[in-house]
Amino acid sequence: MKNLQQLEEQEERSILTAPLQRRSFLQFAGAGMAGAALLAAGCTKDDGIVAPPSAGVTLDFKDDFGVLNYAYALEQLEAAFYIQVASAPPTDFSTAERTYFADIQFHEIAHREFFKKALGANAIGSLEVNFAAIDFRTRAGVLAAAKTFEDLGVAAYNGAGVRLVSNDFLLAAGKIVSVEARHAAYVRDLISNGSFANTEVVNANGLDQAFTPAQVLAAAGGFIKTKINVINL
Amino acid sequence: MNIVNILEEIEKVDGEIYERLNPRRAAMKSFANMGKKISLAAMPLALGSVFQKAYGQTTPTAIVDVLNFALSLEYLEYHFYNHALNAPTPTPIPAGAALSAITTIRNHEDAHVKLLEGALGSAKRTPLVYDNFDFTAGGTFNDVFTNYQTFLKIALAFEDTGVRAYKGQAGVLNRNAVLTTALQIHSVEARHAAHLRQMVAANVTGASGLKPWIAYAANGNDTGIAAVNPVYAGEQNTTQLTINISGIATGVTQTAAAECFDEPLDKASVVSIANLFIKTGFKL
Repeated sequence: MKNLQQLEEQEERSILTAPLQRRSFLQFAGAGMAGAALLAAGCTKDDGIVAPPSAGVTLDFKDDFGVLNYAYALEQLEAAFYIQVASAPPTDFSTAERTYFADIQFHEIAHREFFKKALGANAIGSLEVNFAAIDFRTRAGVLAAAKTFEDLGVAAYNGAGVRLVSNDFLLAAGKIVSVEARHAAYVRDLISNGSFANTEVVNANGLDQAFTPAQVLAAAGGFIKTKINVINL
Repeated sequence: MNIVNILEEIEKVDGEIYERLNPRRAAMKSFANMGKKISLAAMPLALGSVFQKAYGQTTPTAIVDVLNFALSLEYLEYHFYNHALNAPTPTPIPAGAALSAITTIRNHEDAHVKLLEGALGSAKRTPLVYDNFDFTAGGTFNDVFTNYQTFLKIALAFEDTGVRAYKGQAGVLNRNAVLTTALQIHSVEARHAAHLRQMVAANVTGASGLKPWIAYAANGNDTGIAAVNPVYAGEQNTTQLTINISGIATGVTQTAAAECFDEPLDKASVVSIANLFIKTGFKL
């Protein structure tokens, strides 16, 4: 593991010192910065002065492993959220809601563990989450957060598909994203019946959202304490 | 619909879109400005020509075939819902939330039809009209438009098929610019399916336990409607990329393992399902 990290760091350095390589470098940090985690973003023009990533995890989008780690990070976040919900469900949750939220919990745990296994030695470490902004005591608070996570997950997978090279990985992501969309529709209908695919998430062309990693990590960053470095995006 | 927004959306996933469209960025920007003047009705067509300019010359036949295949399925869905809503004697869908949901879904299918037609341009297939379909499937579902329960069952079968059909074409679309659009349709179909599953659970006799996601059943079909078995064949799978999902963590049962991954359906299987509802002479 240590060797791998050193290898990664070496690679990062060589990329950082390559003067003409086009890249964007993003740093995200969660603690105490809910909703505004983006520290530095979008250097499409190389100026050669970028501090190398120091701590946290690195999502290196140079290949499919980077995309899978990105998905792994999101699944870690979702799983952690539903585990916390299931550990102490809101008192105003119905029996059916408790059951289905337990279902979703195990779906997200399965997704998380699937990516961890598929990535093997290439997997990033475990992320530390920050759910201070979520009201876990009330149904409304839990549903609002679940809606955010599920819609974001759908948009993230939709946007990341084109980054994958392997047909197998693309299909695996496709198998997961439609389940996330089912979760999203279910949660939305609980908040307001009929909002499963309303204009917040589906545009006039009948298309769901597709977000770039930068958009997704900016939205999710507030919930993640671990610093996420993004390279080769 | 705003073509500038669309181009900006594409730019987010394809940074070279402007270069593809025209090596001279300035020229492209002037086109984007022109887009503001194109009427709403003409937009899908205009968009199609933009895509053709960007990607059309190198669009492989395989991609065109997939888009036409998707278009056929969207015609099927659109005409199904549209007839239920607009027939001289409309399907008895309860006013309020139910009617509103079916209308929303119909409108999305309509939008998908227009989008795909526009993207295909001159390569688009002959449109399928309502009269080309037989939604009773040769008499299997004679009350499809008069019995709300039957209508919901078929609607769900179409949506779950749609999700599987798009997924089944992912490999063909991989590394192509239309993949993102296909994924964006795919997740909308999944949202429809989840909502219809809730409608089926609430209204169809014996289906109260149906979940928004596809639960484990030995033959893949968790709906209890034997006539739609082919729609769910393979959904019972619990192995992904050779990884056994069942038991991958505490609480991840066989059911959870089957639920948390939706399975694709190959083109031939989808075609044979769709053809049950298409009249001779128009079958896929």
